[in-house]
Amino acid sequence: MEAQAGAVGPAAPFLRIRGLGKRFGGFTALERVDLEIGLGEFVAFLGPSGCGKTTLLRAICGLDPPSEGTVEQGGRDVTGLPVSARDFGIVFQSYALFPNLTIRANVGYGLAATGRPKAEIARRVDELLELVGLTDQAEKHPAQLSGGQQQRVALARALALRPALLLLDEPLSALDARVRARLRGEIRDLQRRLGITTIMVTHDQEEALTMADRIVVMNHGRIEQVGTPDEVYARPATAFVADFIGRMNFLEGRLLAADRVEVDGAELLFEPPLELGPGARVTVCLRPEDVVVREVDRRPANRLGAVVGVMEFIGNHFQTTLHVPGTGLDISADLSINAVRDLGIGPGRTISICLPPDRLRVFPEPPRPS
Amino acid sequence: MATASRPLAASAPLSEAAARPVRQALSRDDLVMRAGLVLVALWLAISIVLPVWALLEKAFEGSEGEFVGLAHFEAYLASPALSISLRNSILVAGLSTVICVTLAFGYAWALTRTCIPAKGLFKALAAVPILAPSLLPAIALVYLFGNQGLARWALLGHSIYGPIGIVIGEVFWTFPHALIIVTTALATADARLYEAAAALKASRARIFWTVTLPGARYGLVSATFVVFTLVITDFGVPKVIGGSFNVLAVDVYKQVVGQQNFQMGAVVGLVLLLPALLSFAVDRLAQRRQAALLTARAVPLEPKADPLVDRLALSFCSLVAAAILVILGTAIFASLATYWPYDLTPSFRNYDFDNMDGGGWESYRNSLEMASLTALFGTAIVFTGAWLVEKTRRFAAIRGLVQLLALLPLAIPGLVLGLGYIFFFVEPDNPFHFLYGSMAILVVCTIVHFYSVAHLTAVTALKQLDPEFESVSASLKVPLWRTFCRVTVPVCLPAILDIALYLFVNAMTTVSAVVFLYSPRTQLASIAVLNMDDAGDIAPAAAMAVMIFLTSAMVRGLYGLATRGLLASAQAWRRR
Repeated sequence: MEAQAGAVGPAAPFLRIRGLGKRFGGFTALERVDLEIGLGEFVAFLGPSGCGKTTLLRAICGLDPPSEGTVEQGGRDVTGLPVSARDFGIVFQSYALFPNLTIRANVGYGLAATGRPKAEIARRVDELLELVGLTDQAEKHPAQLSGGQQQRVALARALALRPALLLLDEPLSALDARVRARLRGEIRDLQRRLGITTIMVTHDQEEALTMADRIVVMNHGRIEQVGTPDEVYARPATAFVADFIGRMNFLEGRLLAADRVEVDGAELLFEPPLELGPGARVTVCLRPEDVVVREVDRRPANRLGAVVGVMEFIGNHFQTTLHVPGTGLDISADLSINAVRDLGIGPGRTISICLPPDRLRVFPEPPRPS
Repeated sequence: MATASRPLAASAPLSEAAARPVRQALSRDDLVMRAGLVLVALWLAISIVLPVWALLEKAFEGSEGEFVGLAHFEAYLASPALSISLRNSILVAGLSTVICVTLAFGYAWALTRTCIPAKGLFKALAAVPILAPSLLPAIALVYLFGNQGLARWALLGHSIYGPIGIVIGEVFWTFPHALIIVTTALATADARLYEAAAALKASRARIFWTVTLPGARYGLVSATFVVFTLVITDFGVPKVIGGSFNVLAVDVYKQVVGQQNFQMGAVVGLVLLLPALLSFAVDRLAQRRQAALLTARAVPLEPKADPLVDRLALSFCSLVAAAILVILGTAIFASLATYWPYDLTPSFRNYDFDNMDGGGWESYRNSLEMASLTALFGTAIVFTGAWLVEKTRRFAAIRGLVQLLALLPLAIPGLVLGLGYIFFFVEPDNPFHFLYGSMAILVVCTIVHFYSVAHLTAVTALKQLDPEFESVSASLKVPLWRTFCRVTVPVCLPAILDIALYLFVNAMTTVSAVVFLYSPRTQLASIAVLNMDDAGDIAPAAAMAVMIFLTSAMVRGLYGLATRGLLASAQAWRRR
């Protein structure tokens, strides 16, 4: 990773997307998207269905050309090029394997059309089958393989011509949960080993968080946030991102000062400050796992007493609702098992909690009714 | 993870720079496909639109080619012949439709909703009439109930020549068509509805009236219109057994072939176009509704055994199947009888076509050639055309046009199409005039006549393919024709064979369009049946009709073997 990152100069991104827009009649599917992707990077487009992530992917590779904007790949403007003149491999959600051809013929499909010598093609196909661990399945037909194996065939076929760009359109969503979890790691490993620039479209936040170097969160045809999984999770740029990724407390508040907000009768500090006039209506967000219950004495800010509500045992933690007496404040909190054990927390008990100011995210808009 | 926080994030000012509209260059695949699609559009324009247009023109033209407006229509409306023919046509079409759809519904219901044995056999027997020209039942009826008929007494003194004969013949001939539509409608039943009705303690009769019938209503509407159109535009049956009972379809034939009055023939043809167009519109509408009835979550209905109902259903199906077999058997028996009804010893005397009027064995060989060419070229054109319509990127206007033109023949009766062909190709300054009187024009006309159903079959098969095959090929830089040959055609082989069989059988049996187009060199078997019957050689006519039936049946049998044996080995990938 470090070596790759060193090779990527910010001055020369591998893929440069500018002002990309797509309209279908009066409907805007993509609105002026700007994005740069570095060489060897693994980027995930994440968003709810209909957010434009697949439209963006298909516009980038020319399968459904954009209405406006430009796409540069490796310093070359490819916006107007037909698909066959571009350099990418793609894996579809359905895999689109040719059902009447063997696995070997499927993987070698693009190679056979190049007119290379048969022996060379066979060697390359063997290499690819080994790469995805399907050497012993070469003579079977796709219908005889499991979903996960079919997915790997599609991957090998996409990589056969050594493309500079790999596109994955919901590559794992047709698989059951256990296979999906295993393949996540396999695809990620393969991508790192080959160092191939990769874009993956997904609606599964866990997939994006675990696999990608950077996540592009999209909604209504726009980019909401671009950042590392860490950044997107911990410092969501908009209320939509906060809501879409992970679980979140959404609280309605009113600004008292640039760094102070009143929420249901409780006064809370937050940082960084928000430059809005006092009295502005805002949304205050807090992740359930960011509620602090240990060593609260050492944290002066946002220290509150709270009554513990019903506790649900989830497996590796407890989920509960904390009510702050004297206010209307109810907060969902995740409490670790050892904190519950050590502090003797139980339903109906009153405990001290802290809502760390740097964990509160305040957005200048009232929460949407959900 | 820290590595990724490089300054590669979205930067706002960039979007100001580029906001020009994008035009994607066309790849070679795009160009080839568009050119192909334009060719298909031209082919359909020349083979359908222009001939029909020529017919329309003719109806408003005088004998010197001058425009006469509605004069022909006025003259025709004024003649009592029309009102009589029109009334007769509607009468027999209406009667045949009611009887045929009722029988087909009972038969389809028994096949889909009861546990009668030998369903496969009953299905096969019901398909028999499709393999024979419409002339065959008419000839068989002459032998059964005609002046020297075996069972003349059964008519209680009525004559078979006239409405009775026409209706029986038409019911026989249209039965398989109605059965296919109604069976499809009944097969798309949701078991959950029946379970709910039974749980609410509805009686069997009530379930039938409130669930079964409403579920099949679009199929019934569709079948009604299809049968009505088939009957009102068919002239094979009334020509043979109609006697002096005039109907519109025979009028067209008499005006054109008998009196060489092309203008009047065109006028009657246009009158026939009306019910066909109406039926086309209703059928399209009904099919859309029918498809929506069955949701993805529906549970297929498994019929439950009920001894009484099953026995009744079995008797009913046996009666219908027996009637079909009797009519077919009579034709075969009569063709083998040495001299009906005096000398019934079997002989092949009536198969000595070369010593009779009507074109001889040559016409049979012509039919074989015509049907083979139609199946070969028709399948290639239809499938490639459907593929181009489905897979060409963008180019929406031409794709829509081709799709529309491909469905048009469904609304054009064979008689009307055949007439249009004469008017269009007979013109000496038409660049395609050289086709007139050739085998090619018969093949072209027959392909077009049966284009729509074949096209829809191909489209259905293509829609079941993964839509991303072409995207994958393009990203792998494989030319699309290669994917077409290596993947699309092999995967669609069953549908392609279906289309070929459909075209072959229809080309063997068709009379209506080609009757205006054959020349002495291209006499066809089905037309030989018509002409021999006309000349009074009824037994040889029956023999030729039997030859057509046997050929169709044999090809269908071969198709069955091919799909089971040969195809099974070539399509091993379908098995898991």
